[in-house]
Amino acid sequence: MYLFFCYNNISVGGGKVIYLDYSATTPVNDEVLSSFIKVSKDYIGNANSLHKLGFESRNLMQSAEQQVLKLFKSLDKEVVFTSSASEANNLSIVGIAQKYPDRPKRIITTKLEHASVLNTVEYLKRMYDFEIEYVENDDNGQIDLIDLRRLLDKGALLVSITAVNSEVGIKQDLKSIKRILKDYPQTFLHVDGTQAVGKIPVDLTDIALFTCSAHKFFGLKGIGCLIKDKKVILEPLIHGGKSQSIYRSGTPAVSLIVSFAKALRLALENLDEKYQHVEKLSLLLKKELSTYPNIKINSNTFCIPHILNISIKGIKPETLIHSLEQYDCYVSTNTACSKDISSSKTLVAMHQPSQICTSSIRISLSYMTTENEIREFLKIFQKSYDALNFRNEEN
Amino acid sequence: MEKVILIKYGELTTKKGNRNFFIKNLYEMLKHKLKDYDVEIIKEMSRMEIIFTNDQLEEILPIIKHVFGIHKYHVAYKITTDLSVIKKQIINILDLVKFKTFKVEVKRSDKSFPMNSVELSKHLGGYILKNKPDIKVDVHNPDVIMHVEIKANNITYLYTNEYHGLGGYPVGSQPKALLMLSGGIDSPVSGYLAMKRGIKLEAVYFEALPHTSLQAREKVISLVKKLVTYTDKIILHIVPFTEIQEAIYKVAPHSYGITIMRRMMYRIMEQLANQRKAYAIVNGESIGQVASQTLTSMKVINEVTNLPIIRPVACLDKLEIIDIAKKIDTYDISILPYEDCCTIFVPKHPVINPNSEECLKIEQKYDFNNLIDDTLSKIKTITIKDQEEKQYEGLL
Repeated sequence: MYLFFCYNNISVGGGKVIYLDYSATTPVNDEVLSSFIKVSKDYIGNANSLHKLGFESRNLMQSAEQQVLKLFKSLDKEVVFTSSASEANNLSIVGIAQKYPDRPKRIITTKLEHASVLNTVEYLKRMYDFEIEYVENDDNGQIDLIDLRRLLDKGALLVSITAVNSEVGIKQDLKSIKRILKDYPQTFLHVDGTQAVGKIPVDLTDIALFTCSAHKFFGLKGIGCLIKDKKVILEPLIHGGKSQSIYRSGTPAVSLIVSFAKALRLALENLDEKYQHVEKLSLLLKKELSTYPNIKINSNTFCIPHILNISIKGIKPETLIHSLEQYDCYVSTNTACSKDISSSKTLVAMHQPSQICTSSIRISLSYMTTENEIREFLKIFQKSYDALNFRNEEN
Repeated sequence: MEKVILIKYGELTTKKGNRNFFIKNLYEMLKHKLKDYDVEIIKEMSRMEIIFTNDQLEEILPIIKHVFGIHKYHVAYKITTDLSVIKKQIINILDLVKFKTFKVEVKRSDKSFPMNSVELSKHLGGYILKNKPDIKVDVHNPDVIMHVEIKANNITYLYTNEYHGLGGYPVGSQPKALLMLSGGIDSPVSGYLAMKRGIKLEAVYFEALPHTSLQAREKVISLVKKLVTYTDKIILHIVPFTEIQEAIYKVAPHSYGITIMRRMMYRIMEQLANQRKAYAIVNGESIGQVASQTLTSMKVINEVTNLPIIRPVACLDKLEIIDIAKKIDTYDISILPYEDCCTIFVPKHPVINPNSEECLKIEQKYDFNNLIDDTLSKIKTITIKDQEEKQYEGLL
């Protein structure tokens, strides 16, 4: 029945869905996929091989590398392709920790990071006695720049800060952070840009290590990258021969690398217009959801419009998700990558009461989302909400 | 405030009669280099002005850095000539710069402006001192120079920055020459220096497959890609040289192998130059560097052609050549360890003082003329453009 009311572009197994979980992953763009298939079929040589087929693959790969660097306005940097942003984050943090033994064994990060940063710094603490400092942040999730300075004064090897938080969508003031770091030339800056690329403009100047992943901007799953200052040296996580980069061994996944470059190019086209489109839809969504007395909107003015995090008092988020799913409507609890944790780390970090932290869901939009989808979602949400709220009241 | 790039010409301004020709060449090159950008280029006798949209500056500046014929360039603010506006804007501009000492330099070509240059510099200097704390005037060695140019049509330019251009003449202001490009360190540097004098280049690579690898060819293509950033396109001729080399190896005493090989190369170069309407041969020979580059060798090798042979690095030390190679970003490519056709048949003891008659005698032992004609007919040509090859456009 529902299928008749739904006007959107995404189809799963032939049926149409309302997909509002773009921050977990995005569907692959058709052009990106066709590049992937074409390269997989036509460029069979190992990019490391000496023969003609090897060259052809290598040339194509190098063109893709140049395109990525150019799109990031980072032609003076180098790109290391990895399997994911998680791997790129691990490579950045663990890699740098092992190469600068003369510098302080201290890493500064925030409580708003993705698990692939948080668990990696904790690993360094556990295994290599690194001291991990978390910068204070205010209730809006903005990090305290004075506290950052205080921590930097103690000396640090690395500052790792996410450009955009994945659960609530908080955008950090990278400009100010970079300005502060200019006074600490011995400290490197790593920025996890996974949730930023393709949504907001990113400026990579003065960032020693920048990481992201293609599947967040309509690329394929299985490829991420690190854009790195050439002067910074890293210990590889994966040892072997020199491949696409000396920092990551393994036969170069040329077709994935090409698909990455293409996805990035397409994602950055008309970025402003796409942003404004999402912003408009986000406002509509926010306006409607804020009429519910039991709903608290956790995303604030510091957040990108692509992510709307809300808490619903009295309804278990998992239950709501499954209820929405019955109507082929998809949103997330916390982030998809940390599904086992029941309390949102980001909301805890934002000093929210536990009731808020344990009842949050994330609705994430993209430029592909339509107003019809949002209106349809709101109808479905109303139904699910009424059903679940009614049950709550009964109990 | 509108921002523009001001281009100041270098040596070309001294060429009185040909000035327009040089300016036109520079204009065409800039127009080509910036064709993907939303810019307007205004050319004048003493300078050019590039009007651009704001977010493109970071991309445009490195492009200008690669154009010969530019002496200096500045990112300037273009405002209406009005003393109160000038005063207000110089404070805004100086707010963006960190400095302790400064001076004001005024150029006034609009003589209708009520103050002369000296009066205006004093006036503005005083105004800056009054409005910015803790700074001093230093006319000899200031941290920052506030340039004020009062021009016709009520336009004033303000700037504090100064970028150095590459100098030289715009490529295309001289006719064509052929560059012998081996893949080593010297020949790309020679190509760069030749282009700096305005020469339009085509490159020639002698290939000895399968003794040399395709990687060596890729290396040469990579070098051309670096060189082409200084011009619009470079045509690369790939000469299949294997048969000639093998024939030389068979008939010549090994000590004469390189001498004869170089003579054959020049013969091919001359004929190719005639075909391509090129006026000279450019190469990376440096006096005394190897046996074939002693003066006596050069003379004997040179005898086979009447074309001028330009050797831009002839009198440079290896380290000086390397410095330039690093500056133009060819060094790292050049040192990749793939053998080229010159290194593959190198005898243990090449002749240092070869003899012309001896060469002619050796060359009569084989029908090289036929072989040269055959080789010329098999040359492969690729065009390498400065702006990214669109061959992968569909994929990327």
